[in-house]
Amino acid sequence: MQPEGSRLSAALTQMRRHPTIPTGATVLIVMVAIAICAPLLGTIDPTATSLARRLREPSAQFLFGTDMLGRDLYSRVLYGARISLLVGFSVAVFSSIGGLFLGLIAGFIKRIDVVVMRIMDGLMSIPSMLLAIALMALTKGSVLNVIVALTVVEIPRVTRLVRSTVLSLREQPYVEAAISAGASTPRIIIRHILPNSLSPLIVQATYICAAAMVTEAVLSFIGAGTPPITPSWGNIMAEGRTLWQLKFYIVLIPAAFLSATVLAVNILGDGLRDALDPRSIY
Amino acid sequence: MLAYILKRILATIPVMLVVALTVFSLLFLAPGDPATMIAGDQASAADVERIRQSLGLDQPFLVQFGTWLWQLVHFDLGNSVFTGQPVTKLMAERVGPTVSVMLLTLLLSICTAIPLGVVAAWKSGSWIDRAIMSVSVVGFSVPLFVVGYILAWVFALKLQWLPPQGYTPLSEGVWPWLQRLILPAITLGFVYIVLIARITRASMLEVLQQDYVRTARAKGLGPRKVLFLHALKNGAVPVITVIGIGFAALIGGTVVTETVFTIPGMGRLTVDAILRRDYPVIQGLVLVFSFVYVLVNLAVDLIYSLVDPRIRY
Amino acid sequence: MDRRRFMKAGAAAALAGISAPALSQQSRQKVLRFVPYTDLTIFDPMWSTVDITRDYGYMIYDTLFGLDASFQPQPQLAEGLLWGDDGRSCTITLRAGITFHDGVPIRARDCVASLKRWSQVAPMGATLFALTDELVAVDDRTLRFRLKRPFPILPAVLGQLSAPVPLIMPERVAQTDVKTQITDRTGSGPFKFKADEFQLGNLAVFEKFQGYRPTPNTARGLTAGPKMVHFERVEWRRIPDAATAAAALQTGDVDWIGGPTSETVELLAGFKDIDLPRLEDIPSMAMMRINALHAPFNNKKIRQALLPAIDQAEFCMSVAGTNPQNFATGSGFFPPGTALASDAGLEALKGPRSIEKARQLLKEAGYANERVRLLGAADSPASTTPLAQVAADMLGRLGLNLDIALLDNASVAQRRRSEEPVDKGGWSLSCWLFPGSWFVDPGTNIMLRGNGRNAWFGWPTIPKLEELRDAWLNASSVHDRKRIAQDMQVVAMDELPAIPLGAVYRQTALKKDLVDRVPTATVFWNIRRG
Repeated sequence: MQPEGSRLSAALTQMRRHPTIPTGATVLIVMVAIAICAPLLGTIDPTATSLARRLREPSAQFLFGTDMLGRDLYSRVLYGARISLLVGFSVAVFSSIGGLFLGLIAGFIKRIDVVVMRIMDGLMSIPSMLLAIALMALTKGSVLNVIVALTVVEIPRVTRLVRSTVLSLREQPYVEAAISAGASTPRIIIRHILPNSLSPLIVQATYICAAAMVTEAVLSFIGAGTPPITPSWGNIMAEGRTLWQLKFYIVLIPAAFLSATVLAVNILGDGLRDALDPRSIY
Repeated sequence: MLAYILKRILATIPVMLVVALTVFSLLFLAPGDPATMIAGDQASAADVERIRQSLGLDQPFLVQFGTWLWQLVHFDLGNSVFTGQPVTKLMAERVGPTVSVMLLTLLLSICTAIPLGVVAAWKSGSWIDRAIMSVSVVGFSVPLFVVGYILAWVFALKLQWLPPQGYTPLSEGVWPWLQRLILPAITLGFVYIVLIARITRASMLEVLQQDYVRTARAKGLGPRKVLFLHALKNGAVPVITVIGIGFAALIGGTVVTETVFTIPGMGRLTVDAILRRDYPVIQGLVLVFSFVYVLVNLAVDLIYSLVDPRIRY
Repeated sequence: MDRRRFMKAGAAAALAGISAPALSQQSRQKVLRFVPYTDLTIFDPMWSTVDITRDYGYMIYDTLFGLDASFQPQPQLAEGLLWGDDGRSCTITLRAGITFHDGVPIRARDCVASLKRWSQVAPMGATLFALTDELVAVDDRTLRFRLKRPFPILPAVLGQLSAPVPLIMPERVAQTDVKTQITDRTGSGPFKFKADEFQLGNLAVFEKFQGYRPTPNTARGLTAGPKMVHFERVEWRRIPDAATAAAALQTGDVDWIGGPTSETVELLAGFKDIDLPRLEDIPSMAMMRINALHAPFNNKKIRQALLPAIDQAEFCMSVAGTNPQNFATGSGFFPPGTALASDAGLEALKGPRSIEKARQLLKEAGYANERVRLLGAADSPASTTPLAQVAADMLGRLGLNLDIALLDNASVAQRRRSEEPVDKGGWSLSCWLFPGSWFVDPGTNIMLRGNGRNAWFGWPTIPKLEELRDAWLNASSVHDRKRIAQDMQVVAMDELPAIPLGAVYRQTALKKDLVDRVPTATVFWNIRRG
């Protein structure tokens, strides 16, 4: 095993060699800033309806125009960043934690492994979109509910990843040595397993984050997502799609924001993978 | 080999039971009640209660699950709460469209994605590589329905080359069948192509570093031969895995694609059934989906051993 | 032209040529392709009150009486009607030569059995049969009601548009217990259902019934007059996505979208070959239903405090778009343009609107920041979803302690049944868009009932309303009925079982070459290609 210091510097070198990390990070930071500062950026109440100003074209007063209920799209898109990012980050974090926990248990305790993995196999064999829709039907549509549904959908995939990492690491000579030297399981986990499973996990988490933001939009499209009153990019697109031929910007503006964010997260994930994976050759 | 296949299929039974129980309890917990949906807005509470009783929806959870399992053992998936049609019949009507879209998508994706991935790996770091990878990331980040609308708008409404929606069975001719599937397959393929292209590139990059490929190159073998004979064959395992895993994503994607292009397939049937709380239909579909998923993964494992003789069972 | 460009052009031509309109000119004349607003799932019109099942009922069944353009009953399967015994006996004669789809003549006993089954589920049927001592088939073509007292609106009840409709089925079918869904689809109407082609959620096919005999009665209108069928085949093709449905109409894949959203209408307005008439002459009624069981809305003063904030135009425009021809504000509990509509009691909904005033009234009425839940559907873009969103915004500005529950239709259908308080999963307010035909008279108007737990979800107890309804049912003259209806509206505007949010003329979208459409919901007789 390499000493931590040289690893870090190697990672930094990789990072310099890979401009995708700063690019992705910058775009993401801008989006987070937009989300946090939405009230300061000349927005109005994103849920305030006024039918008299229904479906206005973009203008100085309404930068992105208004939607079918007369709500200001500029405000909705900016506030929408909050929902989409919240969904993306929360799902990534919660499913990583859940998957890490289950994966470690499954990787170390044979008896539990069988049960956990059968359940995970079962969950994974239900197409994720359908499982998410079914979960959304469970309680009232809310942002929290979307997060829970998508987390449940992603956990089996993370669990599998962590478990397979654990299993392969356990075969490594230095881990075997530590086990035979009588190191306790928690110690082995903290000392050897965690540091080494972290990099694939982080990479996986960025993809989950990106996928969750897109899935949130798709759930809204089907009518089983965030309640339509909440401004999320998915909702704005789903509600504007009927008029897509006439007022393409209602769909394309939030789509552009969503794509930019997802893109940023994805290339950040790629960059991290390249930088963190020592075997990586590109 | 045969014993292995049998063992694998037997091992799927607990998985499917987990699936069945999960879905059944999920639905049982979910609010929403088919009796109320059936009765409509003008119905009184008594009407709703009458319908609930006659459909057996007032039975407790275990009784309903037991009844359903008992039917299942007799290869009976039950009947739709709404129309009373057998679930198997409903599914039989819907298999054709879904399989058509999926096969076409698969064909299209593999034919496009693998060459793209190989080229990107071969020209790793060049502008071609960057272009392919950037475009593929964009593909990842646009919701399918937006892709679908854009395609339908351009090719169906503006150019009028293809119809915007609908499905014609293969029995009415190859072209009538195909013309309504092209746009859905491209839409659905969007994500799949990205997935396969990325993994192909990554896998190829790894293989290209291996000694035997270097040797082959050093021996002066042409780049095409090296790429497709040596490298691709050895880099195929992860690609096949992703195609298998992606299959599940494909089923999820069909929900959206089938909605956007009005294809009467299984994805749409499932969403409709969930939104209506047509429990037996949902149950049946989810079981079939999970069975197919398990079979696909089994097939993937078997293909490994064909591609890579080192893997044996 | 170089080779590549040549091939491109060739491919384009090939694609364009082959994908040309799938329907030949001849089959266009014979086939009508229609997009219904939802899935047809229930085939027993006595089981379900949903519109799509009612429309299916009108396809394959006929009624004894139909309503003409001025809502007057006209004989349909009936030839005529004779009152006797000072209005306590009503004898209905059937037309000669009418048959069911299987060729068997329609007899009086079929009608008796059908009406009996209907009376077990339809509120007005129950009312009628409570007044009936005996209903008998005198002979094959004659049936007779012996009534406890005169009931002059009897023919109108037999022609009611509101579901469940008293449709005539064969005796063997009508004898099915009302707890069991019928499976025999032998009908009496102008179309036959093609069960073999039915695909749930995708396609329902109807075929012209060649043996149908239209009534010679020429009083045309809603469901009265000769039902002339000009298409051999009517296909209901479900297109769940509104944007795709619009595209299908543009390219001619379909001929008619039954219930487009206002956005679809806006989009299609730009096309010369598409017509966007009113779906029905009777507007749909938007209502905010109030749950009368729990605080704060069990307090009449608090219900009334909402009134100054209600801007009917906002609600109407959310469903119908901004064109003022498509909605009517200042409307009450009866659809504008129908016989019983009046201005009585509506003052509070007119004049300048004021959120401030409503806030003030709420405070004076003693609103103690109780939690209020707005229940609504998130997946009904053509009707209740926009209403709920406008309501959410308005209620929020009133400073109510608001919980917004916008769910899928199935969840709403269940949650609205909860009589519990808000903290135990109940609800306080919900917005609905009802077919106007339900609201044309107090007999079927579900918002004008005050019978507590037996009333529609919301369960108001308003004895005065029930008294007036009984008086209306017994009234003998048109003038009396009109006066009583006005009184009912005044009571309702005071008690507020619901707040009227305006009347909306829903539009329908069809190819311009389709003419002679009957302006009743979606029926398929008389319509033809011009």
